[in-house]
Amino acid sequence: MNHWIIAPIILPGILAPFIVLAARFHMPIQRVLSIGGVLAIMAISAGLAWQASDGTITLYQLGDWASPFGIGLVADRLSTVMVLLTSILAFFVLLFAIGSGWDEKGRHFHALYQFQLMGIIGAFLTGDLFNLFVFFEVLLIASYGLMIHSGGNERMRAGVQYVMFNLLGSTLFLFALGAIYAETGTLNMADLAQRVALIDPDATVGIRVAAVLLLLVFAIKAALVPLHFWLPSSYAEAPGPVAALFAIMTKVGAYCIIRVYTLVFPLNLEATANLHGTWLLPAALISLSVGMVGVLGAKKLDRLVAYSVIGSMGMVMVAVSKFTPDSIAAALYYMVHSTLAAGSLFLIVDLVSTSRKNLQLTPQPPIAGATMTAGLFFAAAIAMTGMPPLSGFLGKLMVLEAAFSTPYAVWSWSVVLISSFIAVVGFSRAGSMVFWKARSVEVDDETKTQSPATLSYVAVGGLLTMLVLLTVFAGPIYAYMADTSAQLFAPEAYISTVLETPGKLSPLQEGN
Amino acid sequence: MEFLVASAIGILTASGIYLTLRLRTFPVIIGIALLTYAVNVFLFASGRLTIGSPPVLRDGVTSYADPLPQALVLTAIVISFGMTAVIVMISLGSYLGSDDDHVDDPLDDAAATDAEDAQ
Repeated sequence: MNHWIIAPIILPGILAPFIVLAARFHMPIQRVLSIGGVLAIMAISAGLAWQASDGTITLYQLGDWASPFGIGLVADRLSTVMVLLTSILAFFVLLFAIGSGWDEKGRHFHALYQFQLMGIIGAFLTGDLFNLFVFFEVLLIASYGLMIHSGGNERMRAGVQYVMFNLLGSTLFLFALGAIYAETGTLNMADLAQRVALIDPDATVGIRVAAVLLLLVFAIKAALVPLHFWLPSSYAEAPGPVAALFAIMTKVGAYCIIRVYTLVFPLNLEATANLHGTWLLPAALISLSVGMVGVLGAKKLDRLVAYSVIGSMGMVMVAVSKFTPDSIAAALYYMVHSTLAAGSLFLIVDLVSTSRKNLQLTPQPPIAGATMTAGLFFAAAIAMTGMPPLSGFLGKLMVLEAAFSTPYAVWSWSVVLISSFIAVVGFSRAGSMVFWKARSVEVDDETKTQSPATLSYVAVGGLLTMLVLLTVFAGPIYAYMADTSAQLFAPEAYISTVLETPGKLSPLQEGN
Repeated sequence: MEFLVASAIGILTASGIYLTLRLRTFPVIIGIALLTYAVNVFLFASGRLTIGSPPVLRDGVTSYADPLPQALVLTAIVISFGMTAVIVMISLGSYLGSDDDHVDDPLDDAAATDAEDAQ
């Protein structure tokens, strides 16, 4: 059995306690361990992605127990792509956290960071719904710590709201799991896919309730309107690098929706057939509009970026809610783009805030290193709003093209296009207010502050370079995403790999 | 028995939801705790209600209790216990820091900004 699949979960899980116990008073050692860990995760996940790229689905049975009795980790194209994306984002964000000195402003930043990665990667790799819940809790409890890193009243208040909202989300998740277990008697995703299809069409009440509850849980994670209220203040008040890492957390919700609603509750399942079109699409369109109007209406730069995350999640979900192979491929491409763009925007907000009194969008004296920061903001804003030449434009084209032949295409097109325009206005207003109007303010020389560290710029530049690469290699990447989505729409291979791999207690060995 | 368990879950959930909609952190935390109790009972009941049946294989027994929900409930209890501890600590920190235990944002945004400026 190939043990590499569990490595990206185990490695941060071992590193984090090691950092707490052995290196808690030695910041340089913590940094080296943390960077080394993330680099190792990146290498392993690149290997896993390479392994999965030819369409192989690899199963890792913990304790060699056969599914559905044991918990399995499954590495297919979608999981490995998401893990690779997580490790890339985590690497640059970690560089920024070190460069900007955020990791020294409170305790245990690096340990929590590793636990956070463990939770996110575990959620992407697991093949069991209850295990998904456990990994959600791992990533959440680490995120609670990271969110209130270095304290402060505003941040603590936002932290309380964030924790409460997510505790309610977890409770809802458990209700959904209980309902699913009561109806089907299993929580293994592959096993569920088979059993849900067998449910008598006259007795689908329970499973429909469960499907809706589960969708609500994932929609909370993906910050779909009207379940988005936790996002703006917690992302805005979280430390810059933490908010940038959180950019992947909304994608965990989107990933789960894609996974569960292609595998367990597919479009052709009669019981839940109306769920996607009736509920998901309108919610996605409303999130897109609310997010982009929020960009225009925001009074502070950090809130503006937080709302743009809601908007871009809306865009992802507009594509996801069609549930055609094309639209899922477009959604995956846009998801990668939106993670990188949102991550770099949050880092840039942090660059701005280092030498600005606050982040209100009012004219204030120029910030230190304004030229460089303004250039980066310009590029990241172009990416986020989806203007040419960066990948946001291509991603949006793919989403629009995938939506063209589906019902409600008029709605999708008009909302996407109008909201993009609003976002462009919002971002250009914010950019000119922060970077250009600053020239009109009298500067007193005493308030000169140090410009941000080079490493911070390297980190932001790295994320933007990834966006450029995503644009330049859009063809091959889109082809890969199309393969990924083709794999999702032919779940038989996934199901047979998970259920037919022999292990302890498997039916094949029962005679022994 | 079904009615007893179902109504217990219902009442716990209803009071939990009512309390989580309150304005201050203490009732909200109690509400979340009640909700987690409700979900624990719910998970337990998802393996069907049986009385006096063993969960592990034994000779001469024909009716068994489903052991899996019991394991799930155990995990859920541990996690919700830990999470409640975390939320209590964070709320306490927030209350001691800002001398205010409201969950929502202060109404007057301008006042908050002034406070920021004063720092």
